[in-house]
Order: sequence, then structure tokens, then C-alpha cells
Amino acid sequence: MIVSMTLELKDIPGQLVLALSPISEFHGNIMSVIHQHDEKTPRGTIPVQIRFEIEHEVLNKLIERLEESGVKVARVGEERLRSTVSVILIGHIVHSDMGDTIDRIDSTGFAEVVDMSLSMPAIDKTSSAYLVINAVGEKELSTALDIMRDVANKKELLMIEPIHMNSVGA
Amino acid sequence: MRTFRISIIGFGAVGQGVARAILSKQEYLNKQGIDLRVVGISDSKGFEINEKGIDIDAALLRKKQKGSVALGPGIGLDIIRDVEHDIVVEVTPTNINNGEPGLSNMRAAFGLGKHVVTSNKGPLALHFSELKELAQDNGLFFRYEATVGGAVPIFNLVHEALAGNTVIGIEGILNGTCNYILTRMSDERMPYDLVLKEAQELGFAETDPTYDVEGIDSAIKLVIIANSVFSQAATYKDVDVTGINKITPEALELANKNDYVVKLVCEARNGKLTVAPRLVPKRHPLAVGGTLNVASILTDLAGRITISGKGAGSIETASSIISDILYIVRNSKS
Repeated sequence: MIVSMTLELKDIPGQLVLALSPISEFHGNIMSVIHQHDEKTPRGTIPVQIRFEIEHEVLNKLIERLEESGVKVARVGEERLRSTVSVILIGHIVHSDMGDTIDRIDSTGFAEVVDMSLSMPAIDKTSSAYLVINAVGEKELSTALDIMRDVANKKELLMIEPIHMNSVGA
Repeated sequence: MRTFRISIIGFGAVGQGVARAILSKQEYLNKQGIDLRVVGISDSKGFEINEKGIDIDAALLRKKQKGSVALGPGIGLDIIRDVEHDIVVEVTPTNINNGEPGLSNMRAAFGLGKHVVTSNKGPLALHFSELKELAQDNGLFFRYEATVGGAVPIFNLVHEALAGNTVIGIEGILNGTCNYILTRMSDERMPYDLVLKEAQELGFAETDPTYDVEGIDSAIKLVIIANSVFSQAATYKDVDVTGINKITPEALELANKNDYVVKLVCEARNGKLTVAPRLVPKRHPLAVGGTLNVASILTDLAGRITISGKGAGSIETASSIISDILYIVRNSKS
């Protein structure tokens, strides 16, 4: 899981190392550290924002360890679903059990349909839907797309995916 | 002055465009010491042959007035076999079932020591490697820029300008008819059937639109790209094809609200060939409208290079053919 944390450090030397070393001890992967020495809190401490990837099970132990060593953990936030993709579905979306279509993604545990707009022009006409799927990582997102492709295929829905090379050097 | 004798096999929109382009570029060519002499023109009704050079103006006028260039009966293959010349411009219509008559014309040309420049997709989609080897074995040029993307120089870009690069993937919009239909549906919120009818009336779509709207034309072009750029031995059957005929105006509007456009995108990547409607971010270089074609080439050294332009039209396609003819003129020893 991805965690973002705001820590408050005392304004004395060696505090940043004190804050970061427990994260590596628990095999966390630090993704970014924002350390602004000239921005003090009203309490006279220095705020540090850290973003890292860590196993869910050890997070509480990590927080305990930080507090024991005198680092104040001011905020903990989990960025669970950080990868996102949009798709369009065309066909008999409602009559092919829309709830089931969404459930197939939500039931994975690693991806969710987080947004959906549906357009139904007339009873005898095909519907169109715009879906946003979020997942915990790129690999999981790709698996979620595979599932959605399979569902669309079985329910005879046309699925429009984004172009692939989108992210590279565009 | 170096003289190059040319035959134009097929005198439809593209063939006439080539004739017009040669005529209008006479001075430009002469300044470079090049004399392009058209010695044979054929269409479905017959041909004209003149070893001293055909009067192109008269040939174009006769085609316009009588519906044919023919001064006598015969087929293109007769010109290729019987008239001495250097370059065969093979611009007969694409036949995707067996590639004929283009395939026989090209085989004959290579067998008789003539270079080939073509816009005909059929033979290349069916027998690319055979034709390429035939040209190589006989020390001849085989140029086909006009088969994909009309005026857009995709093969020249990859093989000449980007020489040394490894191409990682290619994405493109290679069918102007589909692009026109999707653009109109999106801009005017019109249903597919109505826009198709409009496109047919404007001459952007054929009476039988299957070939375009079901993605067949795009898939054939993708096969030629795969064979030429990635040296794959691909055929039409290797392409996963989805057309645009099921797309609704509502889907386009939903895309639009979320800053996307829907385009029929051809994709060659990791050995996989796909033609399918895709969501393209509005500000992405692939998001071109109207009848435009576009190709985006991702390479290891240059990164992404995108070119767009007119994918069809008589003079636009002739631009690619003239460029191929001049490539042969500049690079051949004779």
C-alpha cells in the first residue's frame, strides 16, 4: 500500500535520519520526502511529508516506533487506489446486469469502479456508459482491464479503451 | 538530362493525379536534369502507348470526355511486357481477395527488370515478403509510400529519416472516412447512420462502406506497416479488428465531457496488431479531426515522432508516388 504521512521533527540535528530509518527497517520503499526547514509549526517543530510504499501489516508498528523515538506522527493517509483508467461501454448495459459488471471489478479487492455516467437515449436503443476504474497499482489495473474486457465480450458490449502509448513521451 | 520512362497502370483518381503531377512539375524536374517520360497508360478499357512520350494533357482530356484513356484494346500487363521502360507505377484498385491485377503486374515488372512504385494495398497485404524479395533479387526498387496514409510519408520517415532507430510501436489513424464520420458524430451529435449517408453524398465514403467502417482498410494498412517496419510476416488474419459502426453519439458525448475523443486507432506494438475505437485525450497529437490521417511512431532514440496530413485524394496520393519515383531516379545507377 502507498502511505503519505506528515511528521513533526524537533529542530535539532539528526532528526530526519531518525524519522526515515524505521521506514527502511520495516522494508518500506520511500517515494518522496518534502522537508522544509524554514516552515515551522506553531509548536516550533519542522513538518516533513513522506510518501512510501509498505506492507499493510507493519504500518502500526512503524507508527509506534516513530512515536517512541520522539517523532510526532501528525497525519497518516492511505493512497490505496493510485492507478486509474477510463473506458466507455456501448450496448445493452443495464439489461446485461450493470450491477454484476461493476461487481466483477469491485470484488477483486484491488480495483474499484469509482465513477460511472450512463446515457440511455431511448428504450429500444443501445446505451453508452463512461466508467472510471481505479486500482492499487499499474499491474492490478491491467488485470482489472482484462476482467472488464472479458465481461464486455461475454455480454456483447463494445468496450472502448484508451490508447496505449499515451503515457510515453506524448 | 537523364530520361526515365514510366508506365501508369490504372488511370483512376490516383493515376490521373500522378499524370497531373508529372505535367505540373516538368520545369522543376528539368532543372534537376530529370526527364520523366510517360510511355504507357492503361485503364480498365484499354491503353495508350507512345515510346516517344504520351501527350499527358490529351490523355487526361480523353479520359474526362470519353471515360477512358484507351486508344486501343489491351491490359496493363501488355504495357509492362511489351513496352521498354524503367518504372511501373502500379495504381490499379486494391483487391484484398487475391491482389489482382496488381499482383501479376508487380511480379511481371520485377521479372522484366522494372522498378515498381505503387498505391495498391492488395498485393502488399497478401504477398509482401515475396514481392520485396523479388525486387531485391533483381536489384530493383519497390516503393509503396502511397499505400498507407496518402500524402503522409510514414515509410520514408521510418526507413530514411529515422534510420538507426529501433521502432518500439506505431499508433495511427489511417482511414479518413472513419475519422470524418467520428468527427462529425462528435461535433454535430448526429447518429452514425445519418453521418454515413452524408459522407457518401460528399464522396468521402463508398456506396458499400463496409471496407472502411468495419476497419478492414485500416487493418490492411496496419499489415503493410507491420511487414515493412517490423519485418513481420503478417496478414490480415493476424489483426484484431473492431469497426466503428456500433458507436453511439452518446458515447462520443460522454468521452467529450471527460476530455477525450474517440478515434479508430491502428496499433502495432509487441508483435500485436489491433484496430479498434479508442479513447484519445483531446490534447494528444493523435487527436486529429476531419478526414486527416496521423501516425505516431515511438522509437528508442528519437522518442515519439508524430506526423499528420491528408490520407486520401488524387493529388495528395500522387505526392507520395512522385516522391517514390524521384527516390528511384536519384538512387538508381542507370
